[in-house]
Amino acid sequence: MKSPATIGLSAQRKEGLGKVTGQARYVDDITLPDMLHGATVRSRIPRGKIKKIIFGRGIPWDEYVIVSAKDIPGKNYIALIENDQPCLADGVVNHPEEAILLLAHPDRHALPKAVAAVSIEYDRLPPVFTIEESERQSEIIWGTDNVFKRFLVQKGDVDAVWEKADHVVEGEYFTGAQEQLYIETNGMIAAFDAKKGVTVWGSLQCPFYVHKALMALFNLPEDKIRVVQTETGGGFGGKEEYPSMIAAHAALLAMKSGQPVKIIYDRLEDMAATTKRHPSRTRHRTAVSKDGKILGGEIDFTIDGGAYETLSPVVLSRGTIHAGGPYYWPSVRIRGKAVATTAPPHGAFRGFGAPQSLFAMERHMDRIAQVVGVTPVEIRRRNFLKQGQTTTTEQIVRDPIDLEKLFGRALELADYDAKKKRFAYENERGPKKKGMGLAAFLHGAGFTGSGERYLSSVVGVEGRADGGVRVVVSSTEIGQGTNTVLCQIAAETLCLPYEDVEIAQPDTMDVPNSGPTVASRTAMVVGKLVESAARGLEQTLVGCGMLAERHTAEEFRAACRNYVAARGTFRSLARYEPPSDVFWDDEHYRGEAYATFAWAVYVAEVTVDLTTYGVTVDDFVALQEVGKVLNPVLARGQITGGVAQGIGFALYERVEWRDGRMQNSQMTNYIMPTSADLPPIRVFFEELGNAHGAYGAKGIGELPMDGPAPAVVNAIEDALGVAFDSIPLLPENIFDAVTVDAQPQSR
Amino acid sequence: MSDSVSQCEFSLRVNGVQTFVRACSMERLLDVLREKLGLTGTKEGCGEGECGACAVLMDGELVDSCLVPVVQAAGSSIVTIEGLAVDSRFRALRETFLEYGGAQCGICTPGMMLAAVNLLDKKPAPTMDDIREGLSGNLCRCTGYAQILEAVAEAARRGAAR
Amino acid sequence: MRSDPADYEIVAPGNLQDVVMLMGDNPGALLPIAGGTDVMVQYAAGTLRARKLVNIWNLPDLRRVEVLAAEIQIGAGSTYTDLREHAVVKSEFPLLSRAASWIGGISNQNRGTLGGNIANASPAGDSLPALLAYGAELILVSVRGERRVAYRDFHKDYKKMDLAADELIRAICLAREFKPYISYTRKVGTRNAQAISKVCMAALGRMEHGVIADARIAVGSVAPVPLRLMETERVLNGKRLESSIALLARKTAAEEIRPIDDIRSTARYRSAVVGNLVAEFLERLGAPAAGHE
Repeated sequence: MKSPATIGLSAQRKEGLGKVTGQARYVDDITLPDMLHGATVRSRIPRGKIKKIIFGRGIPWDEYVIVSAKDIPGKNYIALIENDQPCLADGVVNHPEEAILLLAHPDRHALPKAVAAVSIEYDRLPPVFTIEESERQSEIIWGTDNVFKRFLVQKGDVDAVWEKADHVVEGEYFTGAQEQLYIETNGMIAAFDAKKGVTVWGSLQCPFYVHKALMALFNLPEDKIRVVQTETGGGFGGKEEYPSMIAAHAALLAMKSGQPVKIIYDRLEDMAATTKRHPSRTRHRTAVSKDGKILGGEIDFTIDGGAYETLSPVVLSRGTIHAGGPYYWPSVRIRGKAVATTAPPHGAFRGFGAPQSLFAMERHMDRIAQVVGVTPVEIRRRNFLKQGQTTTTEQIVRDPIDLEKLFGRALELADYDAKKKRFAYENERGPKKKGMGLAAFLHGAGFTGSGERYLSSVVGVEGRADGGVRVVVSSTEIGQGTNTVLCQIAAETLCLPYEDVEIAQPDTMDVPNSGPTVASRTAMVVGKLVESAARGLEQTLVGCGMLAERHTAEEFRAACRNYVAARGTFRSLARYEPPSDVFWDDEHYRGEAYATFAWAVYVAEVTVDLTTYGVTVDDFVALQEVGKVLNPVLARGQITGGVAQGIGFALYERVEWRDGRMQNSQMTNYIMPTSADLPPIRVFFEELGNAHGAYGAKGIGELPMDGPAPAVVNAIEDALGVAFDSIPLLPENIFDAVTVDAQPQSR
Repeated sequence: MSDSVSQCEFSLRVNGVQTFVRACSMERLLDVLREKLGLTGTKEGCGEGECGACAVLMDGELVDSCLVPVVQAAGSSIVTIEGLAVDSRFRALRETFLEYGGAQCGICTPGMMLAAVNLLDKKPAPTMDDIREGLSGNLCRCTGYAQILEAVAEAARRGAAR
Repeated sequence: MRSDPADYEIVAPGNLQDVVMLMGDNPGALLPIAGGTDVMVQYAAGTLRARKLVNIWNLPDLRRVEVLAAEIQIGAGSTYTDLREHAVVKSEFPLLSRAASWIGGISNQNRGTLGGNIANASPAGDSLPALLAYGAELILVSVRGERRVAYRDFHKDYKKMDLAADELIRAICLAREFKPYISYTRKVGTRNAQAISKVCMAALGRMEHGVIADARIAVGSVAPVPLRLMETERVLNGKRLESSIALLARKTAAEEIRPIDDIRSTARYRSAVVGNLVAEFLERLGAPAAGHE
């Protein structure tokens, strides 16, 4: 069946057939000859010095390959930003589940008992488990003051607004850790060859991050490290940086044993030991005029980074920049801070700081509304950013975005006014209380500030012998549709049918570095480069006279075949050029933070059943402006999936911490929504276009994560008249709040 | 090391083919399928019977193969995603999963399709509630379920059931 | 997967009689495994202590439902799907068929067994309050023969049962006398499907001329064992349905249970919700036209 080729149509998933027939090969489906299995011995205490390692009796240790920090040929760290995270603990552990030793054996069943038989004696060191404890600095666990990073955003004269304010509204908001919970756990296979170097295959989002980390660890040059992405069963950021760690582990075992090694985490290990969303605390203090206009304010945004820095500065950056929401702030001071605690390092998870700070902003808007005496609808109307105004970082809004109009459309789609009226009446009777909640927000697409310039992504489009083309990028398919969308773009540009375009499996030996698959940049930034590279390819054929400027698909194929026959396969490359009108001041954290923003308004309808204090989301409207919808089915899938995760973030997904370790590290006890828990999620798009994105696309992958939690919690407040400022918000928390007189700040 | 239990021969019908495997009685059907028979389409997502990624049909009933010791599958008929993949009766389901975006990362897809087939066997004209219930034991982290449910509903409309 | 299959053995005699004999020869040495929905989870987590198991999955003598005049005898090996699909269970024992429908997804229902739910003895077992409310009796079998025990006396303490080391639960007997009763059952879990229960209530009430003739209320997840709320029933029986009685029943129920804080919920919450569910049950009694849930 021929699928539509062009942009704006729902071309079928490029790798879809393999997925619906069970033929798709994920890392655990792959076996190499003579392959060993690997496992990790991890710290069972929060923090301490390693005194002694005892290999227990009853295990034939000579059958096992054992690797420790001493076996690392290069640097014992996982190269990222600060390089403070060891690959293997050497003398000291700084968090529960920290990797200490690696074991390999031909029989994977022989590993758990061996891991259990290793006992380690420690001299314990005092742990620090919360943001508050970390801030107290009575125990320093990182650097000189437990602070990984600070940012300061200042606009206008904040100190002068307090006098002019008719209202000063304060609030403190908390979000908890959240587990990415990709259904495929982390896994890697590694092979080591004295001449060829290290090769790893695995579940990952960023092949060149892994490549960079392995270079440092093995002290090998670029061409001696090869990273290949296997079909990846979900990432959501959870496979942005963590795969470097597991790849390093598998590769060390492969080096020591001389055989390929496969490490697959089971769910218990994956949840307890790998990254989660940064817990956050946001404090707002806002000066508001009597007619509800924001005059200025202070925002204090703090995230818990766990024991090592890893990506915390970047998460902090995005959270800080988004902390003011889609509103006009004449003046503002935003202090962002990432602190260290004794927990496995927190990491990337869809939204990357923005869901945290936007939760606070949208809850705070409802609070401001209450204080001022207007509705949640009105308070937002009076403060929406308009085209030509500046954001908190003084970026001029160039999009012809009309948030007022978008807002109005969302309210209409949600039947907001009618339902509010009806619920006010119905809530008088019975234990079921209904409410409506809003969230308006934005999400910057692509890397922040000079990030894209720094990445300097390169993309290739190749002409093939059969006349078709192949896209070569390091951007990975993790379910979001990379393969499909990039092939659509190439096809559209070259006037070819979608079926004639292939995309290479990301293999660092074969593909150029188009940057990591994160930050909602793939369709927009990488896609634009695919468009450029495709044009370059076309120009090559036109330039040598084999193809006319205006050609049919068949003519293109013929020209391509001829070219390849004469000169071999050829590759057209395109490198990222930063737009001339995007300026970012990294020192003062001011300027054009992102090439563009996507905008959204979400509306949630909930029922709170006071018999069980349980919340049901009955209806959800997700309206967003995303530039150009390249593939409607895929785009909608991103939104429904993101909204589901956002509802989980708000109502279900609680990490139970004890002494820095996740206690509920099984799917039975870490609750994500099932099909029975979600409402119909009604998705709508507006398209304003985007000069910087492929065919006008903006990023959409992370946007849907920002809105659901505040929309749902705002709806719960509407239903009950009780404010909740902390998520996840469980029935137990609602119960605690409604059965005491005062408004609680329960955590 | 404790006395290892010897392996036995188990006979089961897998995707219509009479199959003999040598395994320990306690080996999980999931591992027998994946490691001994090379049928890697069935996935492990949690090992606790919560996610449904390992779902197969055992004598026509949907079961989580991570919870079935192979001795209990002896003599039974197992259908995995590989069996569905070549069964023309389920072409409509494969097509709708692709058309409606029912598969994103694909890791839940085999289990999800097995659950869908099992549902459509019992309820050839299911309501949305029936579909939601029939698939409630299969977790998907990518889609929010919407497009999966729609794919199943459309497959039913196209007469995907036996 | 944290266990080595080579360290375990499941013997499969193939019929109940041989299983019973084997267990008689090796009291306490063989762990029966039916649908595996509890045992295999422990096995994968590396926490299964038993090394030798005996297979009782799909044994004809265990997996059947016998309908007699005065009672039905549900074979302990009946799955939740079997219960959901059985005409008499559906029509006369709705508390049980409802519980079977929310015990997990379809795949769990196809494998989990009623006997397994009882023998696993988790206070959160979804079917257990229904069995208590119906006043179930268990038929236990061993080489010494069969004996019948009231289910309400079966659980002695947390995970301690009146089950000898060589005994097996063969059947669960429910008297066919509940047609005149209004039934109410509700599970409060961590989510709408595939959830461990935080509170689970199964209740029956028979009204006679506006007076509560027989109230039977059972709750799970609020004590080391599933509980019949005897005190609460005493407060209700023989009374008219009035708000003062409803209030007293709610208060008594909250005091009667012994919930704890655990990984899923808190004691305070469970107490409050039990009170609310009792109130909801009484509302159901007051409006019998609404039928059972």
